[in-house]
Amino acid sequence: MKAAVVLFPGSNREGDAVRAIEAATGHKPPIVWHADTELPAGTDLVVLPGGFSYGDYLRCGAIAGRAAIMDAVRAHAARGGLVLGICNGFQILCEGGLLPGVLMRNKDLRFICKMQHLRVERADTAFTRAYRQGQVIKVAIAHGEGNYEADDETIARLEGEGRVAFRYCDEQGVVGGLANPNGSTHDIAGIYSEKRNVLGMMPHPENLIDPLVGGVDGAGLFKSLVAA
Amino acid sequence: MQRQTTQITPQLVAEHGLKPDEYERLLALIGREPSLTELGIFSAMWNEHCSYKSSRMHLRKLPTKAPWVIQGPGENAGVIDIGDGLACVFKMESHNHPSFIEPYQGAATGVGGILRDVFTMGARPIACLNLLRFGAPEHPRTRHLVAGVVAGIGGYGNSFGVPTVGGSVNFHTRYDGNILVNAMAVGIAKANEIFYAKATGVGRPIVYLGSKTGRDGIHGATMASASFEADAEEKRPTVQVGDPFSEKLLLEACLEIMAKGCVIAIQDMGAAGLTSSAVEMGAKGGLGIELDLDHVPCREANMTAYEMMLSESQERMLMVLDPAKEAEAEAIFVKWGLDFAVIGKTTDTKRFVVKHQGRIEANLPIMELGDEAPVYDRPHVPTPKKPVIAAASVIAPMSNAEALTRLLATPDLCSKRWVWEQYDHLILGNSVQQPGGDSGVVRIGDGPKGLAMTTDVTQRYCEADPVEGGKQAVAEAWRNLTATGALPLALTDNLNFGNPEKPEYMGQIVGCLEGIGEAARALDFPIVSGNVSLYNETQGRGILPTPSIGGVGLLDDVTRSASVAFKRAGQTILLVGETTGWLGQSVYLRDICGREEGAPPPVDLAAERRNGDFVRSLILAGRVDAAHDLSDGGLAVALAEMAMASKIGARVTVDAGPQPHAFWFGEDQARYLVTATQDEAARIAAEAAGAHVPVLTLGVTGGDAVALTGEAPVAISTLAHAHEDWLPAYMAGRDPAGSAPAPTKQGN
Repeated sequence: MKAAVVLFPGSNREGDAVRAIEAATGHKPPIVWHADTELPAGTDLVVLPGGFSYGDYLRCGAIAGRAAIMDAVRAHAARGGLVLGICNGFQILCEGGLLPGVLMRNKDLRFICKMQHLRVERADTAFTRAYRQGQVIKVAIAHGEGNYEADDETIARLEGEGRVAFRYCDEQGVVGGLANPNGSTHDIAGIYSEKRNVLGMMPHPENLIDPLVGGVDGAGLFKSLVAA
Repeated sequence: MQRQTTQITPQLVAEHGLKPDEYERLLALIGREPSLTELGIFSAMWNEHCSYKSSRMHLRKLPTKAPWVIQGPGENAGVIDIGDGLACVFKMESHNHPSFIEPYQGAATGVGGILRDVFTMGARPIACLNLLRFGAPEHPRTRHLVAGVVAGIGGYGNSFGVPTVGGSVNFHTRYDGNILVNAMAVGIAKANEIFYAKATGVGRPIVYLGSKTGRDGIHGATMASASFEADAEEKRPTVQVGDPFSEKLLLEACLEIMAKGCVIAIQDMGAAGLTSSAVEMGAKGGLGIELDLDHVPCREANMTAYEMMLSESQERMLMVLDPAKEAEAEAIFVKWGLDFAVIGKTTDTKRFVVKHQGRIEANLPIMELGDEAPVYDRPHVPTPKKPVIAAASVIAPMSNAEALTRLLATPDLCSKRWVWEQYDHLILGNSVQQPGGDSGVVRIGDGPKGLAMTTDVTQRYCEADPVEGGKQAVAEAWRNLTATGALPLALTDNLNFGNPEKPEYMGQIVGCLEGIGEAARALDFPIVSGNVSLYNETQGRGILPTPSIGGVGLLDDVTRSASVAFKRAGQTILLVGETTGWLGQSVYLRDICGREEGAPPPVDLAAERRNGDFVRSLILAGRVDAAHDLSDGGLAVALAEMAMASKIGARVTVDAGPQPHAFWFGEDQARYLVTATQDEAARIAAEAAGAHVPVLTLGVTGGDAVALTGEAPVAISTLAHAHEDWLPAYMAGRDPAGSAPAPTKQGN
């Protein structure tokens, strides 16, 4: 599996993504500059990393969603290629038209960084086959704008088509209430595109790949992709 | 708009913060009346913030050297050798006055400034910490200031992309009108690729990089050198505005051109902006500097030379580049979308010449601007010694179990989770120990090395006895590092005090520095960087003396670091260090008995060293599985913290003596808690006796409560709820769970 990580001005978790991919694949993925117009030949997976692309000015992800490289990313996705957007990357996917909806400010208006449990909604996608359906995993969140919103019709379609990837939950896997850190609709932490080849998620699986630093629950996502 | 034709009146001189005798000194130095721009330059270079004129002669007494110190005070940050060809670069700096006026931007630019100090030296920042002091919770501004400062620190650090791994937050009415925001940054560089401010070579281009210059922050350093009157709000226009996005780009661009060998000298534009950075580069290199302000990238039209020289716009750098690599450097900056302009050159005249629109706006002797700044031996009186408070004279107003629950829900001892969850403490994936423990522990790259880091000071001890308080601040930082298993290597200090022109406050400065120096020498813990913030007072009343200490320690194998949490039930709990039951200046005496009095606990530096070295050896040998230093709140609070961190209880059965409240809550120094198996604990106790280290077996871990000898057990869930709820409740304006009523005054 050949991965590439896109670097926008203001990205800051690109190194964390590179480290997680390297740990899973044994190869360090190339960094692709935002102003480039092509992905490296043979790229299977494009990762849009976390951070504050363009300072989050205007709207989170709005400027990056229109960066030169995004045409190549959209073409890659249209061909069925895999795309993973984490945190700011999720925001960029929404702003860039690859996923529906928008990430609003957290319900209590504060940035929040903590460990968070997620429920894996399906384990039959390229991103999640190393997990079990319904498995509860513990990963990190670190965002100020992670409150997923979309119109009722879109939410109904996402639910109906099984496109919710992860939901915020408590240790036992129970969703709702205080287990939802940001007010996200239907406790949504991540969603798929129609063909499930594009995943956008707010939490950071790339920071949970090491028992010394919080745990290894995020490694399953990268292991799944290696097998994809 | 001000032009150089402005008449220099005594009033104008006073508005620039220069005393009449300092102005006489200026006249004698240049032999004529200065232009307005020159007056501004002198005011920027000779203020307290840049010249250390009140503290310099006392700072000289601090120990700053050790075989592992690569660079001590005087550069942008201190540098220590951590082996394997790596260096750790770190410093702490205050942004107190701006943060009181405009908390979000003040705190944000404080973080930005300290990060810039670190990457200017060629280091990639790997962690941030901070030390915050706010006014009394009931003061009407406090909630607003806490919210703004915390959001500002997070807003800058989170976007810049460095984890904030530790800090300290306290409240006291003496900070009501003058909060403290001290930010620390830690970076890693190659030991043989450190960059300095010293310019070399004549006729080399001086290059301006980064954001454009605007009118923000003009006279920020002068503001930082004056005390507040009731008009503090009106100073809002002197607060700079931060742009972490630009700083992130500046970081990447600077490290890239450094790696390409383009940089000869580099200095960030911090306090006093272009003036201070240009003068420092020239003066350190024994060269002159000539600037042509027509080429300075400006954000606003029609800026005067005076404004450009004194602007404190953020995210700017000044460099001397290798002329052969100028084009390569420019291409890198253009790629990152940053301004790049040649604005002057080095000369052999030792003059600081500033030109603007064809006119010479300043022509000053460069060496004297820094070197000839006034140095004062200000009158100082020592703080009178306070009486030692006998434990027997303090009547316990409630059971010790209840006092413990209440102490955990006090503003100073409550959980600061509400604060640190707003900081990204997980980015970069190396945060082995996160906020809430004794120190932040960060792995270096893929390991096995790691750094422990902490910020500490106990200001009420410093107020009661500056010398002991200064010693204690250093000792506590050293202890917090030791409790993780790290070897403490060096510290940075951020000296926050009141008006040095008042002998009583100057006495606090002199006393604290004496204590800091003594402890740093005794513990082999040299000072490698620092910052002085004086005139922290409002309407004539100074803050508590607050010499913040930021400590850094090295772990050769970060996987062996110890943490606060109990690891399993059935472990024996050992108390290392001597307990006398010292209640003077304790949190118990203040928050439970309503008495802020007495002499603080004395610091026995030989015992600190002995006990600390003993504990560290136990951790590194893997003989103990949890370790915690004892500080505010004493033994019972430390036990509760270990229990809450693990959800494993403790049953303590040791005899608490005739004054149990003093045993549980006294704040004797040089103490730690560790846990080990029963057999191992017996061996440790036997060895300790031989090493003259006092060790007391307290009891065992287990259960779901903290049970102190002779006291009703308190469920961990009760303790944790009280501990966790105070700050969120306070910030939301509701009554916290388990909150103590206002302490009742007790006569004695």
